[in-house]
Amino acid sequence: MPFSTEDMVRRAAREIPEGSIVNLGIGIPTQVADHLPEGHAWLHSENGLMGTGPFPFEGDEDPNLINAGKQTVTVLPGGSTFDSAQSFAMIRGGHVDLAILGAMQVSAGGDLANWAVPGGKVMGIGGAMDLAAGARRVIAIMQHVTKKGEHKLVQVCDYPLTATRVVSLVITELGVFEPTGHGFRIVELAPGVTREVVDAQTGAPLTV
Amino acid sequence: MIGRHKDKVVGSIAEALAPLKDGMTILVGGFGLSGNPEALIKGVVERGVRDLTLVSNNAGNLGKGLATWLEAGIIKRVICSYIGGNEALHKAMGSGAVTVEMTPQGTLAERMRAGGAGIPAFFTPTGVGTVVEEGKETKEIDGKRYILEHAIKGDVALVRAQKADRFGNLRFWRTARNFNPVAATAAKLAIVECDQLVPNGVIDPDDVHLSGIFVHKIVHVPEHENAFEFRTVRKREEAR
Repeated sequence: MPFSTEDMVRRAAREIPEGSIVNLGIGIPTQVADHLPEGHAWLHSENGLMGTGPFPFEGDEDPNLINAGKQTVTVLPGGSTFDSAQSFAMIRGGHVDLAILGAMQVSAGGDLANWAVPGGKVMGIGGAMDLAAGARRVIAIMQHVTKKGEHKLVQVCDYPLTATRVVSLVITELGVFEPTGHGFRIVELAPGVTREVVDAQTGAPLTV
Repeated sequence: MIGRHKDKVVGSIAEALAPLKDGMTILVGGFGLSGNPEALIKGVVERGVRDLTLVSNNAGNLGKGLATWLEAGIIKRVICSYIGGNEALHKAMGSGAVTVEMTPQGTLAERMRAGGAGIPAFFTPTGVGTVVEEGKETKEIDGKRYILEHAIKGDVALVRAQKADRFGNLRFWRTARNFNPVAATAAKLAIVECDQLVPNGVIDPDDVHLSGIFVHKIVHVPEHENAFEFRTVRKREEAR
């Protein structure tokens, strides 16, 4: 049985070393926070927050305390706020240990495409390019293929790139994969997922 | 402009915005709908200036904030990092009424920081190998490629602060700080709307987030709408 979304975010949480600084992308990656033991890691939000806490209790929400997804959040003891230039200095300067981001395509060479669909509505770049280029390690979480069944783990991305040669690990519902330059190494497969299934759904050679 | 660091507090939004002219470049603080100078934004529409270039991370959303400028048709150009669900901007782009320069968020912040710091351009790793690099100078430094990005300077900055003293020393609240300080530094005229106005000396010098050297006009606006974009909460029993 393929991984559920919860399995995927749980698996991503296991990649977070204790005492690290982590930036979680908007959407599914944000859910990784729910699977981190208290005090395990510090969450950075690029709009200017270190020590991002869980959603506030009803009635405590503050429209001026939000994460990068513009959701109301809290700040943990030891947290801090700062302006956008300093926030991105943290990212670009290599002070953020890990970024866990959503993805549209990841290439065998570790290129990441996650900000625009060709011919689609332009949503914008936001912090994606800074995070992909600046974080010390980048992990992508995504569905293995598109809704139309097109490959997303590919030899070369044909979607607009976010950054080149940055992704170190891809977590999908079929398993965990590492870009090798020539293809993807299978780190693990989801329970019951066969090599044949994953071969058919991957646009680049797989190795073990 | 020498000698303008006196009598910065003005009595009304209209008075603060009187120097605005058609065609100006306006830098506006805020991230999404958080930390926006709402009263100044509204005042600009009432002021009746047009053909503005707007520099803002999001240019409003949900029809609120800077989206009202787009709906009023007073902008010709936007420099931003993210559009998302901002229908007013999608519409203005689609009709050709507004041209958009999309820049990565950290590059946008640093371009304003540089603009205020006397740095005309800088090399950054963000966007290398992407569309952001197209048409720009690149340079290899210590074996890694970088893009030359140019500073942004504005005629006017519109800033929201939680607290200001009469010299314009500012404090911000939580993540409402975002682009506000860099916007202020990069403009010839920085106009602040503050939730609280206090006498000089009330904010300890060590607690100032942005020095009043970067601030030229202050309007006290005690009431703000503070719109929520996504109100996410948990129930009391879900405490973890």
